[in-house]
Amino acid sequence: MAETKMAAKGLVNRPAEKQSLSAVVAKFRELGLLGFIIVLSLIVQLRNPSFLTLENMNDMITNTAILSILAVGMMLVIITRGIDLSIGATLALSGMIAALTVNAFPEVNPLIAILLGTAVGLVCGVVLGFLIAKMGILPIIATLGMMNVFRGLTFMASGGKWVSAHQMPVSFKAIATGSIFGINTLIVIAVVIYIVFYYFINHTRTGRQIYAVGSNPESAKISGIRNDRILWLVYSIMGGLSGLAGVLWVSKFASAQGDTAMGYELSVIAACVLGGVSIAGGSGKVSGVILGSILLGILNNALPLINVSPFWQTGIQGSIILIAVITNALVKRGVDRNNLMRRNI
Amino acid sequence: MDTRVISGSRAFSWKRFFMQWEWMLVLIFIAVNIMNMNLSEYYWSFDSLRDATMTFLDKAFIVLPMVLIIILGDIDISVASIVALSSVIMADLYNSGVPMPLAMLICLGVGLVCGFINGLLIVKFKELSSVIVTLATMIIYRGIAYILLEDQAAGKFPEWFSFLGWGYVGPVPFILIVFAVCAAVFIVLLHRTTFGRRVYAMGNNLTASRFSGIRVDRMKIIVFTLAGLMAAVTALFLTSRMGSTRPNVATGYELDVIAMVVLGGISTAGGKGRMIGAILAVFLIGFLRYGLGLVNVPAQVLLIILGLLLIVAVMLPKLKLSSLTRKPGR
Repeated sequence: MAETKMAAKGLVNRPAEKQSLSAVVAKFRELGLLGFIIVLSLIVQLRNPSFLTLENMNDMITNTAILSILAVGMMLVIITRGIDLSIGATLALSGMIAALTVNAFPEVNPLIAILLGTAVGLVCGVVLGFLIAKMGILPIIATLGMMNVFRGLTFMASGGKWVSAHQMPVSFKAIATGSIFGINTLIVIAVVIYIVFYYFINHTRTGRQIYAVGSNPESAKISGIRNDRILWLVYSIMGGLSGLAGVLWVSKFASAQGDTAMGYELSVIAACVLGGVSIAGGSGKVSGVILGSILLGILNNALPLINVSPFWQTGIQGSIILIAVITNALVKRGVDRNNLMRRNI
Repeated sequence: MDTRVISGSRAFSWKRFFMQWEWMLVLIFIAVNIMNMNLSEYYWSFDSLRDATMTFLDKAFIVLPMVLIIILGDIDISVASIVALSSVIMADLYNSGVPMPLAMLICLGVGLVCGFINGLLIVKFKELSSVIVTLATMIIYRGIAYILLEDQAAGKFPEWFSFLGWGYVGPVPFILIVFAVCAAVFIVLLHRTTFGRRVYAMGNNLTASRFSGIRVDRMKIIVFTLAGLMAAVTALFLTSRMGSTRPNVATGYELDVIAMVVLGGISTAGGKGRMIGAILAVFLIGFLRYGLGLVNVPAQVLLIILGLLLIVAVMLPKLKLSSLTRKPGR
């Protein structure tokens, strides 16, 4: 897929009639997504004027920050043809441990809580990566199994109880409410992660190897890439990001529960798929994933504003995932057909 | 050791017969029972074991078609949502005046249609793996259940409906009889018909199967539709046992079912495994849960045990296989 995209870019100098419609769509997919987001926002704004207020937008972007942090990690996993269903549980476990820690030691620096949560997530990810990369267990089976283990550990760590707002020190809750240069901390952290990962996957050798492993595992192996190490790394990164997101989540909602973020992995996968990350592996962009997360964030925020019952949200989200993956598949078919046509000349 | 059934031409050997994964399961099963007997004095009695089967056999109906799906090299994680959707629709229809037998038929029909949609999508969009398709339909089916029933519970079924989940025929629970019949049908289907042979062939090599004249698309659709139908059967028994239904019913069943299938020795790489292994695993996990439940092991610890069991079950054959390949002359 990475090659086909490059090939599609090479087309620019050629006569326009050689391109099929779907190839054009593929080239401008981020722009299209952005256009769709703008149109959707305008429609919602017409129905309910309180949508595009500064306050609501700030709220929406803050809510989307955690989703998009996870989506960036999930993108790496999906690029390597994997999937991680355990991130909701990892998030809950690391959030819970961070919350229990600040509850027990209220004077602890919030930065240490963040590091602790990230470390817990990292450990979860390393275990998962070991099972998938070294033991060769299918990602879906391994993550499904460990999801339950992490979830169970969360309940055991807390004894089934909640850690609620009054049990957390103000400094900890301030992580999510505070701001740096006038911008909410969550947004700042998310943006830093976008930049780091944009550089990592586009401009470092390891980053490019992730794409290579996803595009064609066999040829990646023959070209000297250690596939198992890349897989291990990818699941560890995903775990670390989930841990970070766990602390941010608990700080933002000021409560840590055993069933925190239950089913959240589905939203994250939806954001990736919407953002054009191919489930067949090998392709995906940070910019797409950000837009996908924003689109989901808008939907979650806007549906209640235009009086759609919250019970419709699950169904709508599922339909969106299905439509997005089918569109991706159709677009890819068009690109492939286009490349074949070019080869004939 | 080789769980492939293609070995019919090889000479029978006792050693190979006892080196099968299924015997391992029997041993674990006995171990679980001994452990349970020591844990609780109430465990080992005919009545208690008989009644225990009623509590875990409902999801066992999905295990049967899931074996076929995993032998195909696919996976279906939408089954729990199909259970919820067909159960909710049945309850909704009955409460709006549809006679119960008709509502039950429609319940089966809903499962059939959901499974058919899964199969159709997987066949029509070959770029998409069954993981992502059933992930999407899992959310959609559950979402429709929420749209229909919102946060309510629906129930008040007729008196006779509880017979499905709680009834006995003589000393035997009704659900056990139905399961035995279904299991027999699936064993024959997988091991004694051309249909079953084709499933193994497709799991081993899809392309070769297509070129040898198997209509692979149609086969896949049939198998996924079967899974939908059996999920609806589960919905019938589960709803009957619980007496009412909610949109979040059967949450997590897909994990239980897949764990049972994988523990039963069916390889997730496809093409290997036997129905009897999965059926053994159903009883193994069922009795394990029941026994631990008797001594008040919390549900969360059970979650951890089940998750670890799933991981260990997939890991064990791989460990053995790697030690075997290192031997010369193998």
